Amino acid sequence: MIKARGLARRFASRQGVVDAVRGVDLDVAPGELVGFLGPNGAGKTTTLRMLATLLRPTEGEAVVAGHNLRTDPVGVRRRIGYVAQTGGTDAGHTVEEELVTQGRLYRMTKADCRSMAADLSARLDLDGIVGRQVHTLSGGQRRRLDIAMGLIHSPRLVFLDEPTAALDPQSRANLWEHIRCLRAEHGLTVFLTTHYLDEADALCDRVLVIDEGRIVAQGSPEELKRSVSGDTVTMTVLDRARVPEASRIAERTCGGIQLRVQDTTVVFRVGRSDAALPVLLGALHDAGVQLAAVAVQRPTLDDVFLTLTGHSLRDEEN
Amino acid sequence: MRGSLRNPVWFAIGILQPVLYLALFGPLLAPVTRSPGFPPGDGWQVLVPGLLVQLVLFSSIGVGYQLMAEYRSGVLERMRVTPTSRAALLLGRVLRDIVVLVAQAGVLIVIAIPFGLRASTSGVLLGLALLAMTSGALSAAAQAMTLLLKDENQLTAVTNTLTAPLLLLSGVLLPMSLAPGWLHALSRLNPLAHTVDAMRALFLGHFADPAVPTGVVVVVLATMLAIGWGTRTFQRLNA
Ligand SMILES: Nc1ncnc2c1ncn2[C@@H]1O[C@H](COP(=O)(O)OP(=O)(O)OP(=O)(O)O)[C@@H](O)[C@H]1O
Ligand SMILES: [Mg+2]
Repeated sequence: MIKARGLARRFASRQGVVDAVRGVDLDVAPGELVGFLGPNGAGKTTTLRMLATLLRPTEGEAVVAGHNLRTDPVGVRRRIGYVAQTGGTDAGHTVEEELVTQGRLYRMTKADCRSMAADLSARLDLDGIVGRQVHTLSGGQRRRLDIAMGLIHSPRLVFLDEPTAALDPQSRANLWEHIRCLRAEHGLTVFLTTHYLDEADALCDRVLVIDEGRIVAQGSPEELKRSVSGDTVTMTVLDRARVPEASRIAERTCGGIQLRVQDTTVVFRVGRSDAALPVLLGALHDAGVQLAAVAVQRPTLDDVFLTLTGHSLRDEEN
Repeated sequence: MRGSLRNPVWFAIGILQPVLYLALFGPLLAPVTRSPGFPPGDGWQVLVPGLLVQLVLFSSIGVGYQLMAEYRSGVLERMRVTPTSRAALLLGRVLRDIVVLVAQAGVLIVIAIPFGLRASTSGVLLGLALLAMTSGALSAAAQAMTLLLKDENQLTAVTNTLTAPLLLLSGVLLPMSLAPGWLHALSRLNPLAHTVDAMRALFLGHFADPAVPTGVVVVVLATMLAIGWGTRTFQRLNA
């Protein structure tokens, strides 16, 4: 559905030159739900705008929905939907007017526009508010309208730029559900950007991690998490005097990667905690070291990001 | 389109200013009509075509800001991602502006009748057609300018710099035939001056006046150039 090679974009202005995207290769199969994960300024929006024909790449080629970005942008435009990070609805119009106008821009008949508008409104929980002016909508309602606008012409591929940014957790979960349904019912291919790890984790089949204009990793959320050096094990030793012995045992049985001791707590990483833990616990038991608690944490995409880029996603957000 | 027609306030505000000119400036013209060099026709037949052209110029300023708002709010980007041709994106707005302008012009002409305007009906209709094209040209040019600058402050600066000379050299309030030779010659460089002259001749029913074909040729050329420029600017927005 998307095949891009060496896509790059440089912005030159009086303030200087910004290499927003530096050679991105992408392959998205039909029906996939792919997430583009990266911190602010990583180049997510720029990449999306290039793929949606809104911005000419400085370098690289791409075929989107079967049409070449450079030679047949109109062919691409006919087949894709695009929902911008900040939306694009006109505050003074009603929900229905906006949906119909958008359909007309795709040369749909008025009747088709109305029936699609009704269908999408029902599907995205907008049906009670189709007569309301856009500026009276809540953030979540407006975001669902943005998405409905992007789907009015039944595209096979839709780009969603941060669909759930600035929504409360309940609205986000609700929108995820809508996106999953749309994909399941229509075989829609979805390419979305996010800087929420939980969103990428919960929603996407595959995640591309982008940082400073380059894709630094890709894979399913599970694969990515597995690529990080293991789970984090935190054990609290009951008797303070036995802490050194406990950490020696951990080192011997589990390798003791990134092992650190804090007071009575020993923390380290291990590749496969499910296999390593029984051995560790057995050895501790044999040595007579008693634990007050032991906890295992699976790696998060944040750990992935930290491992890959050397900085945390959350650092960037603050 | 829907927006501008739904909002009768803006529609009325657009006409308010020329109506004030009719009421508060029109009476000043009566003595001037007797000065040497004043073109044929009474004060109203000279003033009303001028006010109509001024209305077109002032409306085109609003066009720029309206498009700027659409650019900022993402409405324009949302439309650019559809297969609609770039020319259609421009022309849709041009047509909307023409419709609104012609409606305003019609209302203004009707209001001018009780003040004393007497004009040839077919001349007024032809004049309105010429005015509509002028409005289209200015709308396209204003859109091109807005999308090149992409900044409200710069838009204000450029607009202010351009409006004054365009207005002063068009003879909308006092005909340029009163002007000294050099000023008259300078005004010939301004397409709006030719529009005003042609409109005045048309209102008088002087269809054979050479100002009419000159005005038509100038306006048609200006419209083609402006639409070409505007379309190109829309096409290059993705650069
Ligand atoms: N039109 C532009 N002109 C100049 N620089 C730009 C332009 N658009 C984006 N940039 C720069 O390119 C870089 C990437 O921006 P982009 O919007 O793609 O980031 P992003 O990953 O979408 O970030 P966010 O999560 O904040 O939306 C940033 O440094 C940004 O300042
Ligand atoms: Mg972005």
